Amino acid sequence: MQMAWLITAFNSQVLKSQFGSDPFSVILNLLFYVIFIAFIFYGQRIQLYVMLREVEGSLYKLKFIKEEGRKVAIETIKEIGKPPTDPTARVDRFLEYFTIAPQNLDPAGIVWKLEHILDVRDVRLKDEVKMMAPVADETQANNLENTLEAAMALNFIYKVIRHFYLLGKKTLSLYVIMQIQMLLPMIMREAEAYASALKAFAFGQPIGDGAGALVAGKLMHGYETTKVQKDCVFATVPIEGRTVYVIKAEGPGGNVGKPGDAIEYVVNENKGKIATIIMVDAAAKLEGEEVGEIAEGVGAAIGGPGVDQFKIEESTLKYNIPTNAVIVKEDIGDAVSPMRKEIFDAVDKAIERIKQVILERTKEGDKVIIAGIGNTIGIGQ
Amino acid sequence: MSQEKTSTRATKMSSVVLLIIFITLALALAALILASYEYVSDPFVAGFLVLIGILGLALSAYVILQMRRHGPRPSIEVPPIMTTIECKKCGYKNIREFQRGDYIFKEGEPCPKCNEKTMVTAIYREVKEKDKEKERSRV
Repeated sequence: MQMAWLITAFNSQVLKSQFGSDPFSVILNLLFYVIFIAFIFYGQRIQLYVMLREVEGSLYKLKFIKEEGRKVAIETIKEIGKPPTDPTARVDRFLEYFTIAPQNLDPAGIVWKLEHILDVRDVRLKDEVKMMAPVADETQANNLENTLEAAMALNFIYKVIRHFYLLGKKTLSLYVIMQIQMLLPMIMREAEAYASALKAFAFGQPIGDGAGALVAGKLMHGYETTKVQKDCVFATVPIEGRTVYVIKAEGPGGNVGKPGDAIEYVVNENKGKIATIIMVDAAAKLEGEEVGEIAEGVGAAIGGPGVDQFKIEESTLKYNIPTNAVIVKEDIGDAVSPMRKEIFDAVDKAIERIKQVILERTKEGDKVIIAGIGNTIGIGQ
Repeated sequence: MSQEKTSTRATKMSSVVLLIIFITLALALAALILASYEYVSDPFVAGFLVLIGILGLALSAYVILQMRRHGPRPSIEVPPIMTTIECKKCGYKNIREFQRGDYIFKEGEPCPKCNEKTMVTAIYREVKEKDKEKERSRV
């Protein structure tokens, strides 16, 4: 009994020292404990709501960018294509367009299946653009196609983020919302890059990805060009006593062509007697690296779904042709937005590097292929 | 251009609202501190101050939450794109804003100096020094 009284007295002393005698500090202390306990039990839930709010803010911004993309696409079609009817419904249908990748359970021959699907997609998109903008010439139609593709990418990004946001809200799962919240800064950067690409495509301005095409354009300018399949051109240019076949996508419309086919054609035309292939392309830089830095290496420098890289590797392997690569470094934002001055200036440095490779790796009288890879929008030849 | 103006106005508006919120927040905190001093001499005034303080805190928290929900209207920045036109014969050079239809290697209007055809030699955008500094790494 005495023991119990002692404990109660001790507890009341402890409580007194904890809370003090002042009722105001008692309230503050109690409030502190309530908050502390609430955080123990509901901390994760609070964190979830904070994350949801963050995603909601970005989703709001993405919605604005997506709507802006759609608006730019419709306005450009109306301005350039002069369609007889309002193209809005057709544009909305276009934005929902999808492509199903080939089945890869048995990967043998998948490249050709993928190429076929990409060809069908390309033809379909070109037809759609022609119907939307009947007055547009080939260059304008290519630019419109690129504009619509950028709008399509923005629409897709918005829908994926909205899906995860709503799923997270519905399930109240921290892990569903956490994965999208963690990726959000990178996704937003990509969306912002596409947003600035929209205007570049609509106006036909050169983009950062066109660095390789600009290198080739500068090398072949003033020489006679020959069209090769598909949407590519090549010119025979004498450089340092060598015969150089310079290849690029046909500009100035937004176009990447099929450099794989063009290289294969030139290699076969010369019966494999090519001393080296030099590929020039814009490549993703790592954070901390300078925009427009030039680097050199070996291998087929080409992005995209991989069909062209596969074809180039097949051709070079067949005739044992060494493939060299010169890259211009830039980040994703620079690659799809109007070409930065640093990238434009880097083109001359890339040409110097190419000439150095030619001098070091080939002999006088040799035949060389230089392939400028990338979207040639706003770049002629 | 009008979009840029709207975005500037929105930024100004939000900074004014933020200033008001911070003043309210400071006043609310001051009221709570005063309440703790006033409690011994006049509990009624202290209670009144606590009420004002809590109301002020709640109001500022609510406005901040509302602002975060809607946020300022985002805008897509369109950087100025420059086109360089050169005459290969006399070296005449002109840099002007990009116009639809310009492309690199496009033969343009006749040279004002020698009447030879000019050519578009460059189309690019310049990034502000401030943005370049942000990109640069110190390591």
